[in-house]
Amino acid sequence: MHSLKLPRWLVAFVALVYAFLHIPLLVLVVFSFNASKYGVEWTGFTTHWYARLWERQDIIDGLKASVVVGVSSTLISTLLGTLMALAIARHEFRGRRLMEAFLYIPIVTPEIVVGISLLILFVLLNFPLGLVSIVIAHVAFNISFVVVVVLARLQGMDRNLEEAAMILGADEFTTFRRITVPLLWPGILSGAMLAFTMSFDDYVITSFVTGTGSSTLPIVVYTMVRKNIEPSINAISTIILIITTILIFAADRLGRDKPLVHSAD
Amino acid sequence: MSDIPPVVEFTGVHKTFGAYRAVVDINFQVQKGEFFSILGPSGCGKTTTLRLLAGFEEPDDNGGTVRIAGEVVNKKRPYERNLAMVFQNYALFPHLSVERNIAFGLEMRKVPSAEIPPRVKKAMEMVRLDPGQFARRMPAQLSGGQRQRVALARALVLEPTILLLDEPLGAIDLKLRKEMQLELKQLNKQLGTTFVYVTHDQEEALTMSDRIAVMDNARVAQLGTPAEIYECPRTRFVAKFIGESNFFEGVAQSQGPDGWRVDGSGGRFEVPAHPSITQGSKVAIAVRPEWLDVAPPDAVPPGENAIRGTVTDVIYLGETLHVLVAVADGEGERRVTVAVRNEGQLSRPIRWSKGDAAVVCWKPADCQVLEDA
Repeated sequence: MHSLKLPRWLVAFVALVYAFLHIPLLVLVVFSFNASKYGVEWTGFTTHWYARLWERQDIIDGLKASVVVGVSSTLISTLLGTLMALAIARHEFRGRRLMEAFLYIPIVTPEIVVGISLLILFVLLNFPLGLVSIVIAHVAFNISFVVVVVLARLQGMDRNLEEAAMILGADEFTTFRRITVPLLWPGILSGAMLAFTMSFDDYVITSFVTGTGSSTLPIVVYTMVRKNIEPSINAISTIILIITTILIFAADRLGRDKPLVHSAD
Repeated sequence: MSDIPPVVEFTGVHKTFGAYRAVVDINFQVQKGEFFSILGPSGCGKTTTLRLLAGFEEPDDNGGTVRIAGEVVNKKRPYERNLAMVFQNYALFPHLSVERNIAFGLEMRKVPSAEIPPRVKKAMEMVRLDPGQFARRMPAQLSGGQRQRVALARALVLEPTILLLDEPLGAIDLKLRKEMQLELKQLNKQLGTTFVYVTHDQEEALTMSDRIAVMDNARVAQLGTPAEIYECPRTRFVAKFIGESNFFEGVAQSQGPDGWRVDGSGGRFEVPAHPSITQGSKVAIAVRPEWLDVAPPDAVPPGENAIRGTVTDVIYLGETLHVLVAVADGEGERRVTVAVRNEGQLSRPIRWSKGDAAVVCWKPADCQVLEDA
């Protein structure tokens, strides 16, 4: 380890960037404890907006819908995306390059176009709009992100590791489970976290494919902003922020190696 | 030879990747306990040969057979072959500690869990890695030499009958490499394990091997003990790749009692009889620098071949001196390297210096007739 002294201007610059990134979040957290109902001036400390959340059935329902959609679309797109990344990285087949190129189309297409086209598709198929259609839509745009992230990790991985496991006696499945997956794990995890964030945040595409009684949190919030904004939105956002932070730290602690003898000592 | 089949046997093995012929008609046998090296330049097919043995590649259809202990294993997966291997880049599992890396193969082979920790410890001691200090470390926290030892321990802990090594010493520094060469050789003898060792380093192969298969251009160019390979290279490639060689060419003129008289572009010389030589055929021979001598033009030892030339340089190498002599070669010139024992340049300096007229000479028997004249 050697300590390199950072130039002062660089320290200042980094501080500025972090301030720029995090002050809005700080404002949000502070104002979730603001007594004033209308927002921009500080009138006193309260936890009223947190208590109020329990009375707002629409927010609770929105949060539930968002979690259901987020978790299921993340699970499905992470599974499919990881398998697809493995196929692209490990096998030569016709149209492999084309397939890789097509991955980027959903990423660069404007959300509104994706939303409209999905709506047309659902209508054409006579598919009922609701939670299921939202999950399908989210899986559709999440897969690309997962594939790109996992693929990057796979391409940096040494093929010899899997061969080493096989010559040591591990069959294909055991090698996949004991070597490939643990090594890919950081990639899979960041792909999944990205997918969950994208899903949890999405307003535009969701607004096209949602049906009655299946509003996710962004839809609820947007509707509230148009009608009557109140600081309980800040409260729910703060809760989400805290949960997300905990998840990130938890994810970081996963996948560490255990010692060989742990039952004896 | 007894009835026990060879530990490893390749019979007419071919492997192609698309249009690329990686190995062509490979034949060899490895006996139990042997230190067998596959030596060649990069791209010669040596790694493909090892991968065919490990089971990472399959021979072509009708592309010969690979046998382990007499059994055909062409279609067997790597984990069905009971081998162990040390990879060039060590291939340690980065997410597992040293002890878990070493235990991995034992776990896979269903060794009772109570036996695993003592065997891991023993393997670490065998490669001289202190278990107390290193067992819990992650591969990223080790030096190159330590990783090398972990990779070796991970293979040896399985007590394999065959150990495959793919240029395992390529990435460590010279001093440590020499040390590891001796250690590997010692382990081979002490454990009775058969070693199949791939390398591009001719010195390494000569130092460690019982037998060497020299590969060139997807084929085995020559198979033999280090002495056979060095002293009787059969082709120009082998003569050039292993050690240094001087080449002389000519046309066979007449047969005498001990061999053939050859008319070369730089002068006449005699070579021993060889089945590939007939009247008028082209002849090429390889002569090692230490088989040659330099003499004044008027003092050629009787009965020796002699070719005239001019000394162009004397190179001091410590143990030996190389005298470089330019000899006529048709229209042009070629340089011949003669190795002379250093008997002390301060007390008894050699008499040669640049520009001296000299002859290079050698006994007719001290040469190797090449098959690819």
